[in-house]
Amino acid sequence: MAPSNTSSASGFNRRHLLTCEGLTASEITWLLDLADKTADTNRQVHKKSALLSGRTLINLFFEASTRTQSSFELAGKRLGADVMNMNVSASSVQKGETLIDTAMTLNAMRPDIIVVRHHAAGAVELLSQKVDCSVINAGDGAHQHPTQALLDALTIRRAKGRVAGLVVAICGDVLHSRVARSNINVLNALGARVRIIAPSTLLPPQPARFGVEVFTDMWAGLEGADIVMMLRLQNERMQGSYIPSSREFFHFFGLDQEKLDRAKPDALIMHPGPMNRGVEIASTIADHSRSVIREQVEMGVAVRMAVLEALARNLPKP
Amino acid sequence: MTNPKTARSAPKSTEKRRPAHPAGGTVFINARLLDPATGLDAPGGLLVRDGLIADFGPHLRRNAPPDTEVIDCKGHVLAPGLIDAQVFTGEPGQEHRETLKTASYAAAAGGVTTIVVMPDTQPVIDQVALVDFIQRRARDNALVHVATMAAMTRGLAGEEMTEFGLLQRAGAVAFTNGKSSIANTRVMRNALLYAKDFDALIVHHTEDPYLSKNASMNSGEISARLGLPAVSKAAETIVLERDIRLVEVTGGRYHASTITCQESLDVIRAAKKRGLPVTCGVSINHLTLNENDIGSYRSFFKVRPPLRTEADRLAMVDGIASGDIDVIVSSHDPQDADVKRRPFAEAADGAVGLETLLSAALRLHYGAEEVTLLTLWKALSLNPANLLGLRGGCLVKGEPADLILVDLGEPWVVNKELLRSRSKNSPFDDSKMQGRVLRTVVAGETVFPFAAEP
Repeated sequence: MAPSNTSSASGFNRRHLLTCEGLTASEITWLLDLADKTADTNRQVHKKSALLSGRTLINLFFEASTRTQSSFELAGKRLGADVMNMNVSASSVQKGETLIDTAMTLNAMRPDIIVVRHHAAGAVELLSQKVDCSVINAGDGAHQHPTQALLDALTIRRAKGRVAGLVVAICGDVLHSRVARSNINVLNALGARVRIIAPSTLLPPQPARFGVEVFTDMWAGLEGADIVMMLRLQNERMQGSYIPSSREFFHFFGLDQEKLDRAKPDALIMHPGPMNRGVEIASTIADHSRSVIREQVEMGVAVRMAVLEALARNLPKP
Repeated sequence: MTNPKTARSAPKSTEKRRPAHPAGGTVFINARLLDPATGLDAPGGLLVRDGLIADFGPHLRRNAPPDTEVIDCKGHVLAPGLIDAQVFTGEPGQEHRETLKTASYAAAAGGVTTIVVMPDTQPVIDQVALVDFIQRRARDNALVHVATMAAMTRGLAGEEMTEFGLLQRAGAVAFTNGKSSIANTRVMRNALLYAKDFDALIVHHTEDPYLSKNASMNSGEISARLGLPAVSKAAETIVLERDIRLVEVTGGRYHASTITCQESLDVIRAAKKRGLPVTCGVSINHLTLNENDIGSYRSFFKVRPPLRTEADRLAMVDGIASGDIDVIVSSHDPQDADVKRRPFAEAADGAVGLETLLSAALRLHYGAEEVTLLTLWKALSLNPANLLGLRGGCLVKGEPADLILVDLGEPWVVNKELLRSRSKNSPFDDSKMQGRVLRTVVAGETVFPFAAEP
């Protein structure tokens, strides 16, 4: 058997991708290497392969999403899978069906991979226990969003050539952020120095236990940072319960030129989207020459193709 | 700590004309100097130049430097001016009760050189522009320094936090919910947590709003006999204990604005012993009056929290003597006759207190409790200055000359009609006092000369 890129021994031998907690550096690196090549392929005219030909991919989104869902859809289609998007707001969940019943029903349709987003932490793992196929967590509550962390790591690695040793400052609503949790896991596994910056009301309890440096002063937290990763602040957090107002949040925790000047001169600006311009990031900074926010979207498709490919290899052969 | 620019008064607006100062400044000779920061209590003199304390000590007791205006203190006490950390006014919104200007005249006459005004106004001081308004009005109209606390929740409604960071930058010295307690524990927790990031102080009136609803006095034998709706002191201690737990969880700096009973003092002592960032205050009313003073429904003794028993009053005095109670406030709360002269249960809460604060506090010095002058001055000037990050409260060269000259022995009788406050609701009307302010100096300018009184 002639060895090639795609038929070499897999470095990722898991059935599901549910969390970044516990992923090893070699697993992550193997996925990023694969995604890196895929990203180059994606820039060609012919980007389509048949690796997932005959496979069925279901996007099961219990929470509204534009970019993640379309990114997975495109990834599946470029690999030749049959992709179905479940519009949950119009589905039987609205009629009172439980999550487990939904899972059993879908399982009976014999999909190969289900991509799930759910508003409740742990819901995707619960679902994965009830189905025979592979499951990818596309975001469960404030818990995890693994492909986001992988695409962020790939974006950083392509721009900086490495991840190890870089100072990455994650800023904003860490308390409610699955993006922050996933990124802390992946970046720590790859040897980055992670900082989190937030008002105390938006920090999880015992934040230092995550193996990060904690700052409540953004000016100090950005000092010497290689990467400034902003988080989205959800509207319902802005009205006085966690922070007094979006105006005050922007003043003390929004990324503007003055605060960005504390970071290294070649620091990259990242945001998982969708952005609240003028709340967590100034409009001019979002469009800054050092902003890699659009690259993040591009890497998203590549990383999701790599994950789908890796999981498909581990599916039982008929 | 990024702290406050207290608005400076403009002496030019005072009505009484004063001679121009000689180039050498003004020297106070033959004084008994008192400084709570260093424990100084000794004869000496003090030199003021350019609004600042230029020098002080025994060498200036008899020897006035050349080219100075000389003021002979005749052995009376010259001490830091008082800092009153809880003053309600009616500006903006209820100027018929009190304005910043009239409150500042009352303060000057009472030896108070800095007043800290509460956000319980109409509108509530919960926005940067309103902090700015207070500072501008004070700068243009007030005789003494005016600092402001800002509301900790919007409209004092107890639900949504205000902009602590921006308000602090604008000059708010602390955050308080004024006369109302925060019922929502989550709001209180988040406020303490959020305040910590700015090293901001949360000042809280601890009185359970459900237990104290409609209550007009302390619950006990007297309320039972008078047939008045009453509230137990437990309403205060319950909220205080909850808050202390939240301080422990969050690490936020916390000040209970006015405690009134032994049980609350016990809670504070235990919290301090555990090293928590907790302080407390007491109003002059709860140090010198008790519920018996209400007599036959005298509504001028209706205050919030209500006057307690004599045992509780003695506990408060003990708290001052031991230093466990940090601050004495006047809780100056002007109310006009329309809302005070009503059946007790329907009358407004509150008592004016700026002009009688020091004289009433001296009762603790002359009474059986024998609280020392230095202990009183700590609670009346040094501690509130340190707590709120204000200048003054001690004698330090180079600091603003905010000073008072006090005749400790002068006997007088309070006549409410002569009070400078726009409202006359004093519980001390017709009371005999010993000790009176002779002169109040703010930033080197005499703003109250007793000698000029009618």
